[in-house]
Amino acid sequence: MTQYHTYDSVIIGAGGAGLRAALESSKRVRTAVITKLYPTRSHTGAAQGGMCAALANVEEDNWEWHAYDTIKGGDFLSDQDAVEIMCREAIDAVLDLERMGLPFNRTPDGKIDQRRFGGHTRNHGEAPVKRAAYAADRTGHMILQTLFQQCVKQGVEFFDEYYVLDLILSEDRVAGLVAIQLATGELHVFHTKTVLFATGGYGRVFKVTSNAHALTGDGPGVVLRRGLPLEDMEFFQFHPTGIYGIGILLSEAARGEGGIIRNANGERFMERYAPTIKDLAPRDMVSRAIYFEIKEGRGAGPNKDYVYLHVDHLDPKVVEEKLPDITEFARIYLNVEPLKEGVPIQPTAHYAMGGIPTNVDAQVIQDASNTPVTGLYAAGECACVSVHGANRLGTNSLLDIVVFGRRAGIGMAEEAQHLDLAPLPEHPEADVERMLTDLTERTRLETIGAIRGELQQSMDDNCGVFRTEDTLRAQTNKIVELQDRYKRAGIQDKSRAYNTDLLEGVELGFLLDIAQVMVAGARARTESRGGHYRGDFEARDDVNWMKHSLAWKINGDTKLDYKPVTVTNYQPTERKY
Amino acid sequence: MLINGVNRLACKVLIKDLKQPIKIEPIRGLKVEKDLVVDMEPFFAQYRKVLPFLVNDEPAPERERLQSPEERARFDDTTKCILCAACTTSCPVYWSDDEYHGPAAIVNAHRFIFDSRDRAAHERLEILGDAEGAFKCRTTFNCTDACPRGIHVTRAIQEVKQAILFEKL
Repeated sequence: MTQYHTYDSVIIGAGGAGLRAALESSKRVRTAVITKLYPTRSHTGAAQGGMCAALANVEEDNWEWHAYDTIKGGDFLSDQDAVEIMCREAIDAVLDLERMGLPFNRTPDGKIDQRRFGGHTRNHGEAPVKRAAYAADRTGHMILQTLFQQCVKQGVEFFDEYYVLDLILSEDRVAGLVAIQLATGELHVFHTKTVLFATGGYGRVFKVTSNAHALTGDGPGVVLRRGLPLEDMEFFQFHPTGIYGIGILLSEAARGEGGIIRNANGERFMERYAPTIKDLAPRDMVSRAIYFEIKEGRGAGPNKDYVYLHVDHLDPKVVEEKLPDITEFARIYLNVEPLKEGVPIQPTAHYAMGGIPTNVDAQVIQDASNTPVTGLYAAGECACVSVHGANRLGTNSLLDIVVFGRRAGIGMAEEAQHLDLAPLPEHPEADVERMLTDLTERTRLETIGAIRGELQQSMDDNCGVFRTEDTLRAQTNKIVELQDRYKRAGIQDKSRAYNTDLLEGVELGFLLDIAQVMVAGARARTESRGGHYRGDFEARDDVNWMKHSLAWKINGDTKLDYKPVTVTNYQPTERKY
Repeated sequence: MLINGVNRLACKVLIKDLKQPIKIEPIRGLKVEKDLVVDMEPFFAQYRKVLPFLVNDEPAPERERLQSPEERARFDDTTKCILCAACTTSCPVYWSDDEYHGPAAIVNAHRFIFDSRDRAAHERLEILGDAEGAFKCRTTFNCTDACPRGIHVTRAIQEVKQAILFEKL
């Protein structure tokens, strides 16, 4: 039996953006947080390095330099008004977290300490600047814990282990959503005035990824299926320092503290690619440099397919104190002692710059004229404001979730105060029931795991750090094939309670949809910019391509449209470091 | 989950390091829902009892509250907790008495009791000084062994006991 609930605001996802929004929304209106995982398992907890804000606690800094770095780091695709808001509000966002109890590392005089991070510079690129506020190498963990603690204090209402499968729109506005309770397999309809998607990223579309298993693009997938567009999906960030073979991340903090990358010949090759800031160049540039080093035969190991991250020249005390997780990961997963030798690394699929398009108030927009959808919001990695443009700078994700999570929480609650509930359709869960019945009841001619494995491997091969028309055409065809096979895929476990087989089946559907629009966007964009690198179009093309893409999925096909980048103060320049 | 009889996180244990065949079971002390899934609510209920959040109603300064690196280091160890329940569900006292607050709740109380910015240490020590509180601990060190974050759980519990006895923070 389907159960019904009524709220003013419903937040989907309990990572940094969802929890920060919940703290605002639940103060103002009746709010529920629905989350596929326990909140404390959210991927925000994996972020290690820090959160940038021009506090100027350690050295001279100001938010305008931070904004410039973000725009330049984003290869001039960021909407500059949104970046200015984020970098200005960053200072209060950090101070707010401190007041909530976040245990930042401290300077000798008791202020919040700051350290260097990739792409963050003094005075428009002069030299690296100490801008990242941090808590050892578990800043994201502490943000997640602190926000969760405050939610406990405030009595925020959670629906843990509920998985949202559909958004109900009625009369062109939000009416509610449909979720499955994992513990029972029962469907729940939430009738609500406003909805916030804060579901995180979709790195699981790739094989080698730093993203947890849960990051399958459910939020953007639901939105896409309801006829709304996704923005800039071709821009995905590959982080240079993934643990070789498995993709688990070694934080950029390692390089912030002085770590360097060397190829098989022991050469510190970033000196050639980014002479000024070297190993602290933005992630897309370092990942590409690694790709070329390997391609040109300077990779290490039996297959010459990795390079080394070195922290063995640093003070062991600094490494143990400031980078404890990183050393532990190297020891556990690679059996490598980072205090004595280099750690094998390779680029790993890390962060989605694209996502559900929003304006600076986190309202979801539905077309190239930025028309908002009444009652619908998105924030964090699943959203595209766009502050990160074509490549996100390190630490700006934690900043993004608290700044825009807060704005979303305030905005959705205030809108809910002025709205009535939109009417629900007759049988709001009908589409979800049909989808689940299909997966459960059809004869299993294909397995979910096999299709997912082929999708991830082929995305790595064809739509990764290096892309060309040939690889993207091959991938377009591959996805058509996999989508067809998905229609014949079934599941083995037919039980109701905690059916992870069913869950993975649904998730694969979202991954396939996400991959389709990602590849379509990448194929259309005949230039190289930020995380999107085309071997057949190596230059950035501001004349034709300084614009955001919007992708719809209509009757199975991708439709693309474009909208201009908002430019305030910074005209595009060549991106040199 | 229990891996070869010991509470561990599957994501941090390598199969090659384990004795074969590997035996996996649900964690103990919480009701099994299905396969390896247990009902975590009693665990979180104990967590919520200890005021696991910063309490300070003094007017906030314009910038950050100051805290020296030494003050910050005082509670560093217990900030590492990820609420995985490995400690609490390895505790023999908790197995036999689910009213016991358990190691994880005490660890999270410790994290605030020893934070120089917090003002509710006294209330937490009252809560943990009751019959189901820190003195139920029999110092078997199971919790310390089980913690995947390397937190010195038993030491944190001992520090809380001392604080209850002497209110020395």
